[in-house]
Amino acid sequence: MKIKNNISISNSGFVFNPSNGETFSVNPIGNEIINLMKEGKFQEDIRSIILDKYYTEKNSFENDYYDFINMLNIFDLVEEYE
Amino acid sequence: MNKPKYTIAVTGLNATDNPGPGVPVIRALKESRDFDTRIIGFAYESLEPGIFLEELVDKTYHIPYPSAGKDNIMRRLQQINSVENIDIFIPNFDAEMLSFIKLEPQLKEMGIHTFLPTIEQFEERHKTNLFEFGKKYGIKVPFSQNIFDECEILNFANNFNYPLVIKGKFYEAYIAYNYDEAKKYFHNISAKWGIPIIVQQFIQGDEYNVIAMGDGNGNMIAAVPMRKKIITEKGKAWAGITIEEDKLMKMTNKIINGSKWRGPLELELIKSSQNEFYLIEVNPRIPAWVYLAVGAGQNIPETIVKLALGVDIEPYDSYKVGKLFIRYSWDKIVDISEFEKIATMGES
Repeated sequence: MKIKNNISISNSGFVFNPSNGETFSVNPIGNEIINLMKEGKFQEDIRSIILDKYYTEKNSFENDYYDFINMLNIFDLVEEYE
Repeated sequence: MNKPKYTIAVTGLNATDNPGPGVPVIRALKESRDFDTRIIGFAYESLEPGIFLEELVDKTYHIPYPSAGKDNIMRRLQQINSVENIDIFIPNFDAEMLSFIKLEPQLKEMGIHTFLPTIEQFEERHKTNLFEFGKKYGIKVPFSQNIFDECEILNFANNFNYPLVIKGKFYEAYIAYNYDEAKKYFHNISAKWGIPIIVQQFIQGDEYNVIAMGDGNGNMIAAVPMRKKIITEKGKAWAGITIEEDKLMKMTNKIINGSKWRGPLELELIKSSQNEFYLIEVNPRIPAWVYLAVGAGQNIPETIVKLALGVDIEPYDSYKVGKLFIRYSWDKIVDISEFEKIATMGES
């Protein structure tokens, strides 16, 4: 999954979907993951960046990551790669 | 360079919880860089808030309701025009629109310019004709039927499950969850606005709107789509945000191009859970949230003035996405003598 091209996110983690006017706030780690996705990074890249940077375990990261992506999907912020 | 100054008459000064577009139209006109204005308010009631906003409205006159007949309306307009020399008139209510469309030639003879849809355009998008309108222009519209008797609700409900939408031919729409509710709304609305009543398939989803402007030759001069963020109990937008949605722009262009729409219009739409837009209403006038379009970069009331005067204009090709409007209420304090003027003399 990738973040839709038109989605914008501010430095403070304020997400705006211009297609439907919905807005969301994400915490700093959510903000970091969205920005990595916007840079075109895949899940494996994001996992290694986060695991290098923060004290957490792989399984814990994977669970939270899938929850987060699922939520982004529900809110129509992501799409499949073509 | 000296700017021309136009005397512009505007209705819809009822900036209430069911707001008319007059006050935001005037704000937009005042922001024109190309002309100055003297604003004449036309009011139907003495407590329309715009009457008392002296910073926006230079002079207000009572005018008769459309039900008073064309002759009475014309007599009053001639009287007012003999004092004010009105250049342009922008009517803003659904219920008055047909009268003023019919009076357009006579108004022009008096030197008053308008930019309104034709009678055919006005009629074909009417709530009672909307389903056919959708078929003609290839746009999804919820199935609807005009009914003249409460019994017809039962037939409709056999084909479409509750809830159903029960709508008046001019104003008001309610969601009915059973036959008893549908009957109640049928009688409430028909007592106010007459028959037919429109019974419509209910589409679950979020509400979107588009404000747009057609030049009468099939060109879309302006268009701004909006998603409602706060909706009042009366179904009115109290906050909204401009959005970027290609499907809405294409649909608007299709309608304006196909019908050669002349003047401003508002599309009301529902986006279903399958991400399909259903057109639920076409209003043949400026909506009350017009000032959001101005804030997003498209001064639609200004284009009405220019097109009414026959000035060639370039269509707007962009607007700012993510602009919000947040409506608020404000208590205006006025002396009883101000109210007395409009209530007894018919002008203020």
